[in-house]
Amino acid sequence: MTIFLRAYLVLIFGFVFLPIIVSMLFSFNSDRFPTLPMSGFTLEWYQTIFADPDFWRSAKNSLIVAGSTCIIATFLGFCTAYTDYRYSFRGKSLFLAIILLPPTIPLIIIALAMLAWFSRVGMSGQIVSIIAAHTVLTAPFAMAIIRLRLSQIDESLEAAAWNLGASEWRAMQEVILPFCKPAILSSLFLTAAVSFDEFTVAWFVSGLNKTLPVHVLEIVQGTIDPQVNAIGTLVFGISITLVVISQLLIFFRLQRAAS
Amino acid sequence: MTQPLVVLDQVEKRFDDFVAVRDANLTINEGEFIAIMGPSGCGKTTTLRMLAGLDAPTSGEIRIAGEVMNDVPADKRDTPMVWQSLALFPFLNARENVEFGLKMRGVAADERRTRAMNWLDRMEIAEFAERNVETLSGGQRQRVALARALVTEPKLLLLDEPLSALDAHLVIRMQSVLTKLQRELGITFVYVTHSQSEAFAMADRVVIMSKGDIAQVGTPREVYRAPKTRFVAEFVGRNNILPGTVTSASKGVVTVETALGAFTVKGDAPKGAQASIVVAGDMMQVGAGENSLTATVISEEFVGSMVTAFLEAEDGTELKVQVQERALADLNLETGNTVTLGWTASDGHLLMEET
Repeated sequence: MTIFLRAYLVLIFGFVFLPIIVSMLFSFNSDRFPTLPMSGFTLEWYQTIFADPDFWRSAKNSLIVAGSTCIIATFLGFCTAYTDYRYSFRGKSLFLAIILLPPTIPLIIIALAMLAWFSRVGMSGQIVSIIAAHTVLTAPFAMAIIRLRLSQIDESLEAAAWNLGASEWRAMQEVILPFCKPAILSSLFLTAAVSFDEFTVAWFVSGLNKTLPVHVLEIVQGTIDPQVNAIGTLVFGISITLVVISQLLIFFRLQRAAS
Repeated sequence: MTQPLVVLDQVEKRFDDFVAVRDANLTINEGEFIAIMGPSGCGKTTTLRMLAGLDAPTSGEIRIAGEVMNDVPADKRDTPMVWQSLALFPFLNARENVEFGLKMRGVAADERRTRAMNWLDRMEIAEFAERNVETLSGGQRQRVALARALVTEPKLLLLDEPLSALDAHLVIRMQSVLTKLQRELGITFVYVTHSQSEAFAMADRVVIMSKGDIAQVGTPREVYRAPKTRFVAEFVGRNNILPGTVTSASKGVVTVETALGAFTVKGDAPKGAQASIVVAGDMMQVGAGENSLTATVISEEFVGSMVTAFLEAEDGTELKVQVQERALADLNLETGNTVTLGWTASDGHLLMEET
C-alpha cells in the first residue's frame, strides 16, 4: 500500500514539475529547438536576455510591483485580521466572506473588470494599476496567514499589556506586532511571490509597463526561442524561493506552538 | 483611621441581559489578603476585571484609594494582575517580561534591568533571566508572572486563579510563597479562586459569591463555622444541613423540628420560622449526644489523616462525618453499618432560611 501511495506521489509531482524541469534543462541547451538528445551546454540564452533592455525594464517593473504589492497587501491583511480578532460586530461573517472573495473569482473576469474600471477612472496602463490589481488579489492570502497566527494568541496577552500600563497603540507595537512577526514576514514573501508570478491580470492592465511574465508571453508570440526557458527558470527560481521561505516561517512557528 | 484601599459601592455589571455582578458592596483595607471565591460564573473574575479597569461597571462606583475609578482606563491604573493563563509575552525572555511594566512607564533601560533582576532574584529565578519564557517550567513561569506584576511596586495586586494550572504539590509551595510575599510587602492582594483550600489557606477574609451576588464576607473561620446562607453552607466544607421549622425558643436555645426529629441549637429565632441546623462534618460525633440520629454508612473517602464517612439517614438525607483516620478502627464506621451520630447544641449552627 505504501509503495503504491509513494508511486502515486512521485507521479503527481512528476506531472506538476516535469514541464518546469524540462524547460530549465532546455534553457542550457545550445540547440534552438527543444529536441532530444540535447546538443550541448550553453549560457547563450541567458546572455541574450541579460543583453535585452526589454528584459531589464520588465524585471524592474516586476520587482516594483511585487515589492509594493506585498507591503500594501500585508498591511491591509493585518488590519482585517486584527479587526476580525479584536472586534465582533453585526455582519462580520459577511465582511469576512467579501474579503476572502477575490481568489475565488476567475482571473480573467477580475482582469477584464479591472481593465474596464481603470480605463474609466483614467488609471490604465500604469504601474500603479498593476499594483492595485495585485493588492486586491493577494490581500486575502495575507489576511489568512495573519489570522491563523492571531488565532493562536492567548487572549489575555493584549489585556496584560494594558494592565501593565501600555496604551492601545503601545500594546499593538509591543505585543500584537511582535507576536505576529513570523506571519507578517511569511505574508510578505508569499504575496510578493504571487504578484511576481501573476500573468493574466498583469497582461490586461499593464499596457506598456510590462512585467516579466507578460514579457515572456510576448517572446513566445514572436519567436520560438529558448530565451523563454531562461526567463522562465529565473522567474520560477525567484517565486519558489519566496514561497519556500514563507512556508518555512509558518511551519517552524506552528511546530514551536505545538511543542 | 486610614481609609480603605478599595471600595465597591453598589456595583453592578451587566452584559446585555446577563447580570454578572449585582449590588456588590465590599470594602478592602490596605494590606489585606482577600480571596473572592465561588463556582464558575459567579462573577468573581468580572469583579476582578472591574478592579483592573478591563470591564467598566454598569452602575455603582469603584473607588481605589478614595478616587472614583469607573472611567479610568486599564493602562492608567496601577493594578497589575497575575493571569490565570499567566499571559507571559512569549517573544520576550523572562527579564524582558518583568521589565515590561517599567518600560511602559518610561523607566530608563539601566534602571529597568536592575529592578527586574532584583525581582527575579527575590523570586529565586535570576538564573533564568535570559531564558525564553516558553522553555521554563510551570513554577518558574509563575514566578516570572509574579515578578512582572510586582516590579512596579503597586499597592494592590490582583490574582486571577494563578495556581489553577499547577500540580498539587506546587500549589502548596506557591501558596506559602504568596502569603510570605504579601506579608513582607504589606500590599493588598485580591485573589480570585474556585478553590476553597487556596482561599482558606491564604486569605485574611474571604468573599463568597454566587450567581453575581456577594453571599458572605468574613474570615475563613467565620465563613466556615457560621455560614449565613444555605449556598455558603453547601459550598464551604463538609456541612450537614437539616432543614425544618422552629418549634420553640427559650434562653438562647432553639428547637427545630426536622424530618429526622427535633434538634436543639444555640441561637434565637421566632417560633414557626423556617430554619436549618448546620452541623459541620467534624462536629458530628459517632455515638449519642445532646442531639442524636441514626444513619447507615454508605462510603468512605480517605484523604490522609482525615476520613470522611458518607451516611444516609432513614429518609435518605445524606450526612457526612469527618474523623481522624487513626480513630477509625474503634468507631464501627464500616460500610453497611448503622450507627448513632450525636452533637451538642453549641456545635450546631442555626441558619435562617432566606425569604
